[in-house]
Amino acid sequence: MGGDVKARLTAALAGLIFGVGLCVSGMSDPKNVISFLDIAGDWSPNLAGVMLGAIAVHAVWLRWGRKDRSSFASLAPAGKSSIDSKLLGGAALFGIGWGLSGYCPGPSVVALGSGALGVVVFLVSMAIGMALSRVLTTRHALPEVRTPPATAS
Amino acid sequence: MLLAIVGGLLIGLSASLYWSLNGRIAGISSILNGAFFKGGDERWVNVCFLLGLVIAGVAFGAFTDRVPAPHLPLLPLAGAGLLVGFGTRLAGGCTSGHGVCGLSRLSVRSLLAVITFMATGVVTVFVARHVLKLWVAT
Repeated sequence: MGGDVKARLTAALAGLIFGVGLCVSGMSDPKNVISFLDIAGDWSPNLAGVMLGAIAVHAVWLRWGRKDRSSFASLAPAGKSSIDSKLLGGAALFGIGWGLSGYCPGPSVVALGSGALGVVVFLVSMAIGMALSRVLTTRHALPEVRTPPATAS
Repeated sequence: MLLAIVGGLLIGLSASLYWSLNGRIAGISSILNGAFFKGGDERWVNVCFLLGLVIAGVAFGAFTDRVPAPHLPLLPLAGAGLLVGFGTRLAGGCTSGHGVCGLSRLSVRSLLAVITFMATGVVTVFVARHVLKLWVAT
């Protein structure tokens, strides 16, 4: 039980720092995100600055902040290694929604602080999109598991 | 730009703490997915991270004007939400999971995902803003 409470507290702390980072950087404002994507308009490089700052800290932490310094490869999440249509197609669809709204998942949660109805609508539809994706990917995965290897010739 | 970098450093610190203290990757789409669809302890750790995000947003919204309301009408906003939810789960990550965490450990998958969603994001904004002139106000 003690372990559970500690994990929840550290998760909340990490979330709080992440949220403050998004607010300080201005990335909780969809206008700033869209002006980074708007290369033909009044372009702003700020989103790249946020990414570079975050990656600099995290990469250094991952590289030197642990005992096994041999490689980054050991940090990869298990079971996710292929470059396939799911990765690229999913990323492409996400980019369209991101460009339309100026929200990726993090800022959309922080935006609840604005109290706007639109944020709730966005979050609910995002949950529905996630549920659809779960249904679709498990349906496609099942027949593959059930197919006996001998049928391939 | 200075504030952008300072905010980025905080996001990197958060991802690092979450990785070291919780053994998890600070990808917000995965955290949302866990909070919505996983059970038990898994769900609550994710919910707590999201609570931290919301508290940050509420606190900032109370003292500054840096948490503005969305600029789109509700229907296109819902469509965008569907695409973001569906796409991030299919790709297994978003701007934080692939962008910050993936690129930090030099993942080729994440790099390809980031290039892809930035490209379609740029095209979408170009078409919406400059071809269809859907929204002009900045």
